Parts: sequence; structure tokens; C-alpha cells
Amino acid sequence: MKNLVLSTAILALSAGLATAQTVRMGTEGAYPPYNFINDAGEVDGFERELGDELCKRAELDCQWVTNDWDSIIPNLVSGNYDTIIAGMSITEDRAQVIDFTQGYTQPDPSGYLVMSADADVKGGVVAAQTGTIQAAFIAESGATLVEFATPDETVSALRSGEADAVLADDAYLQPIADENDDLMMLEQQEMIGGGVGMGLRQSDDELRAKFDAAIDSMKADGSLNALIAKWEIGPGF
Amino acid sequence: MSCYLTTPKHMNFYTAFGTVLLLLAITAPASLLFGFGGAMLARHRIAPLSWIGKGYIAIVRGVPDIAFFLFFVIALDQGIEWVKHKVVCSDWDQPIRQGNDFVVCAQAKVPLATSAEWIHESYAFGTAVLTFAIVFGAFAANVLFGAMRAVPRPQIETAEAYGMSHRQAFWRVMVPQMWVYALPGLSNLWMVLIKATPLLFLLGIEDIVYWAREMGGSKTARFTDYPHGDWRMWYFLALLVFYLAFTRVSEIVLDRLMVRLSRGQATAAGEAQRRADA
Amino acid sequence: MSCLITIQDYGLRALGIGERLLPKEDFTLCQQFTLIGSGMIWNVYFGTLALLAGFFFAITLAMGKGSNNTLLRKPAEWFIFLFRGSPLFIQFFFAYFLFLSLKQVSPIFNPFTSAWLGALVVLFCNTAAYSGEIFYGALKSIPRGDLEAADAYGMSGWSRFRRITFPTMLRLGWPAYTNEAIFLFHATTLVFFSGFPAWQQRGDALYYARYFADKTFNPFIPYPILAMFFIILTLIVIAIFGVINKRLNRHLPQSSRPKMKLRPNLIR
Repeated sequence: MKNLVLSTAILALSAGLATAQTVRMGTEGAYPPYNFINDAGEVDGFERELGDELCKRAELDCQWVTNDWDSIIPNLVSGNYDTIIAGMSITEDRAQVIDFTQGYTQPDPSGYLVMSADADVKGGVVAAQTGTIQAAFIAESGATLVEFATPDETVSALRSGEADAVLADDAYLQPIADENDDLMMLEQQEMIGGGVGMGLRQSDDELRAKFDAAIDSMKADGSLNALIAKWEIGPGF
Repeated sequence: MSCYLTTPKHMNFYTAFGTVLLLLAITAPASLLFGFGGAMLARHRIAPLSWIGKGYIAIVRGVPDIAFFLFFVIALDQGIEWVKHKVVCSDWDQPIRQGNDFVVCAQAKVPLATSAEWIHESYAFGTAVLTFAIVFGAFAANVLFGAMRAVPRPQIETAEAYGMSHRQAFWRVMVPQMWVYALPGLSNLWMVLIKATPLLFLLGIEDIVYWAREMGGSKTARFTDYPHGDWRMWYFLALLVFYLAFTRVSEIVLDRLMVRLSRGQATAAGEAQRRADA
Repeated sequence: MSCLITIQDYGLRALGIGERLLPKEDFTLCQQFTLIGSGMIWNVYFGTLALLAGFFFAITLAMGKGSNNTLLRKPAEWFIFLFRGSPLFIQFFFAYFLFLSLKQVSPIFNPFTSAWLGALVVLFCNTAAYSGEIFYGALKSIPRGDLEAADAYGMSGWSRFRRITFPTMLRLGWPAYTNEAIFLFHATTLVFFSGFPAWQQRGDALYYARYFADKTFNPFIPYPILAMFFIILTLIVIAIFGVINKRLNRHLPQSSRPKMKLRPNLIR
């Protein structure tokens, strides 16, 4: 399943870098502000800017590829692209199958988006995207889990009364709550996941080291914090 | 509003309709070719060859639909890379399956990681076409196999009595006549093929279903110039209308084709035409 | 022994009975067989109910399309065209969004957004349209002599329909209808694939097969298991329809009884 539409090769820094290694960056393109498809039909968002900057620092030639969330790991493993950069939280379960770089965000708390403040998130119906840490969390809490293929569908389900609440990353839900009068965030948050990192094949240690070094350098000069603040992803480092 | 409908993103959506038509335009003749080959194999005089032909028809048709599509493309992709790996990198000493990973040497990647984006896209499209062609080829083989047997036996015998070889009789007498028997089955198959095109979505091609879902989803003002609520219903309504119109047009064209093909044939419809003309 | 426990825990998981959490690691073959088999409950449920209910509607549609009255014929023709002319995949998507909108209008539509009812309605309409066309074709090919004989005996209206038209139509359309039934069972795998969400990870066989393929990253085990279950289901359907076919044709001499020709179709 090769899945690609929009991808842009980053211009090589100089003529000497024209032969830089090509890295294909896999993302979902449906999870603003992390990643989404903008009006021009291109991948945009926090991770787009971050990824482009990381590739520049690691002297890699990057191409962007989009892939459905539910098959994003299998396609990495079978080699259709080389990294996953899709707001993917670092978890034990996933780490058994793929390797992660160090986190490029602080652990982002997950929040509940609800229609009314008295929604029952313990015993009611909570919507989450299939295969996310939030879905796994609800399956274990007392609430009834209802799963959807894309994050947007979870919000529609809340609106239509299918679900009492949506559980997702705070950064994703907050703009939606801000712009819609009928939706709000609960004060209660769940600390799940250990920050977002880039996923790579376990056999790709060399590439992982390059990205780790690039993330280090962005952390050191404050440019990562600037990006996090710009896209309102959460607390900086 | 006109600006909304002409964003580059919408252009992608419109192009996707072209992708669907292109898929049909390539897949239809390709599966006919597969089908013709399969049918010829299935009725071959050498038994093992005929078993291969019959096996192809039976296996593809016996496996439940979506499951086949879901894993066939991954299997095909890995199969191609595995073969190329064996040929190109014979001195490679590491195992191909490292734990969960499927690793082949960089030269054996199909397409090469360094190749341009359009090559990646065409390759993905190519595997999808091949998958469709193999599956629908088996169905077409079944139809053609039946059609070849439906050609009246005396026609072939007459041809042989005139001294034609087996091969000549097949190509000059049987093949021109079989189409009229095959057409009802093939038109049905064409309809099924049209209705199977949303499955491109499962094969990872960003087709009309993908774009309808992506653009119909609600958008917040921070990330787009055109925020809107959940409009997926309208986008899917557009798809529904597209498919209905397409199948309707196909139906009309195929009916006309049937009339044309029946002319001068030894069938009931051909006879009726002859009488009407007389 | 441990497999028995697995079957106890997960045998009815698709209905929400048994273990709450799906297995997370160390996936055994037994777990895959049990869960995918448990998902088959939904495939059988959708297929059987849609087929039973759709049968009667299909007869109505066939009679409607064959009718001389435009008011009866046109709606039947349009209904059949609508459902035969568009992909089931898109119908599911569309129906789900449609039901969501209707829900805002009236709470009567609340249960329709769940798969057990909403998807059933779509499958019901779909199979009714396809079988309606099959029975319409059969209706057109009833030998004229049969109907003339009925007239000669002074039969008309209901009694002619019940004793001549209906049984002959059924007999002629049955082989094609068998294919449609097999086809419908295959189509039930689309339910949780497009539109309708899975509640508490209760899904059909394909849902669980995908779950395992996602978790183990190995499509070569769960999908063949799924295929095996479907082949068994197909054989059962063929057997049941074969018995009915025999009964429908029991009055005919041995030599002229039509053989059942099986042509399972692909996706619709």
C-alpha cells in the first residue's frame, strides 16, 4: 500500500548536498495542528515545519507521504516510507514493533471534548480514533469505547450524540473547542503517553541517530520551543 | 463559494475522478487479456496447463473479496522486491525478515527511494491496476471460457472440414463468434468493475473516496480559509450521483453494442434482426 | 486446554460477552481463530436477516417492475437502479451520514446510526434490488404456455399468481438467487469498513482479522483464517439453497432438472 499524493522534495542546501540521502516521511494529514492537508493540498502543520527543519539539519532530502492512520505502522515496517511523523505518542506497545527518536514534544495530556460540562466520561460513551493510545485507555477505563477511522469522525460523533465525549490530544481538541460555542473541554485530563516522537524501523539505527542529533540541536537553540509555541502544541522544553 | 470549489485541494478531488477513469481504461483491457489467457489455458489440450488455467479461475473467485484486496497488494509489493533483491543483491548476507521488518538492499527497492515522486505514485497505481486485473481477469476468464464453449460445435467442424488447422479454426472462426456469447457476461463484469473502483481507497490510492472524506470533514478556521461543519454527506452524495450516471451511460452503450454484435450471428437476437430487415 | 479458556473468554466477544479487553500480546492461533469466528456471528446475522426480509421485498419489486401500471413500475425501476447502479461501499458511507442527519430531525432514527440496524437496512435494500432484478428476469422468462394453461383453467389474479407465476418465477430465478445470497454474505464484511463505527471493539470477522493483521503486522495468518470461515459459510449456504432448489424442481423429470450453477460474484 503505497500511499502518496503530495510530497515535496526539500531543496538541497547547496550543490554539494544534491546527492543527499532521500528520506520518505510518512504522516496522516488529518490531525491539526500536528499535521493536516492545507487548502493548497499540501501537508502542513507543526510536524511539516519540524520535519523540514530536521531534514535540513541532518542534511537529508525529505519527501512527504500521507497514509491512513490504521495502516501507518505496517507500511513503515514493509518499507513504503522511512519515518512516521504523525503525532504518534511513544508507547511500550509500539516500541516493541518500531523504534522511536527522542520525544519532540512534552508528554501532551489528553483532554475530553464534550457538549455539556456534566458529561459522564467514566460510565458514558467515549469516542476515540482506532489504534490510538486514547482508544486503548478507554478500553481499560470503565467507559464505553466507540472507534472511528479518522479524528474528525470522532468529533462528528460527539455532535450527533453518538458519543458523550471525545478523548484525544489536548492540542488537537483545543482549537475545535475554541471555535465552536457548543463544544467545550473538560477540566479533567488524562496523562497518557510519553510525548510524541518520530517512528523508524528497528533496523534503521543510523537514520534514527541522525534525527536524534537534529532534535537535540533544535532543542538546544530554542527553535523547537518556538515551533511548539507557534502551533500551540503544549508546554515547551 | 466559487473560490472554495476551486482550491488546489478540490483540484486534487477532481483529478481523482480522472484517476478512477484511467484505472478503468487500463484495467478493462488488461483483465480481458488475463481472462483470454486464462480461458485459453483452461481449455488447453495438455492437462497440466489446463489445470493451471482452471486453478487460477477457481482460486481467485473462491477467495472472499475484500480480504483478497487487503493483503494482495502488500504481498505483491513484497514479492516484487524480494525477487529483485535476489537478483540484484546476491551477496547480501543479512536476513530479509529482521523481526518485524521487511528489509531488502537499497538497490532492490521498487521503486528506488531516490526516484521522483511521480514514479512512486505510478508504481502504487500500477500495483493497484495489476491487482484489479488479476482479480477481474479470473472473472473474465470464466465468462470467456463459457463463451468459447457456447460457439456451436458444427461451426468448428465445418472450418476443419475446409482444411483449417486447429489454430486457424480457433482464431478465424471461434474467436470472432464468441464475443456475442461473452458480451452479456462481460457487460455485467464491467458494471461490477465500475462499482469496485472505490476499493482503490483500500489499496492506498488517494482516490475520490479519500478526498471526499478528507474535504467533507469539518474544518476549523485556524487551519483553513474556508471553515465549515461536517459536509461529508454532500460529498458522498456527489460520488453517488457520479456512479449512478456512469453505470447508466455504460448500460446504454453496452445495449447498443449488443445490437451491433448480434448482426448476422446465429443467435435468436441475430435472427430477429435479420427478419426485421427482410 | 488453554484454548478452551480462550474460547470461553472470546467466543462471544463480538456480542460484548466475555473478556472486555482484546488480547494485546503473544497472539496465539487459537485467539485468532476464536475472535475471527466470533466476528462471524455478525456476518451471519446481517446476511441472514437481510436475505429473509429482502426476499419478500424483492418479489414485490419484481412484480412492480413487471407491472403495466406506470405508478407501480417507475418506483420499482428507480429503486432497483439506485441500488444496483452505485457501489455498496459508497452506499454504506452515505447511509451512515444520512442517518446521522436524520437523527437531528427525530429521535426515531437514533438506533439507525448503529451498525446492527443501519447497516442491516442498507443491506436489505441492496439485496432486495439485486434479487428483484433476478426475479424480474425470471418473471419475463416464464413460458407463455404455463400462463395460457392457467387462463384455460379459469385461474386469475391471486390464485394464478400463487399457483403458477410465483412458483415458476422462483424456480427459474433460484440458481441466480443462490449466487446473490453468497454474494450478500461476502458483502457483509463491508459493514464495519465504511461508515459504521465499531462499539466497544465489537465487530465482524473482518474487523478482528484487521485487528490481528495490525497488531502482528503479518497479514498472512488472519486473512486466510477469515477466508476459511467464509468458505465454510459459503458451503453451508450452497447446501441450504440446494435443498430448496431440489424441492422447487421435484415435479420435473430427472433429466430436465436444472443443475445449480454457482457463480459467486466479486464485490458490488
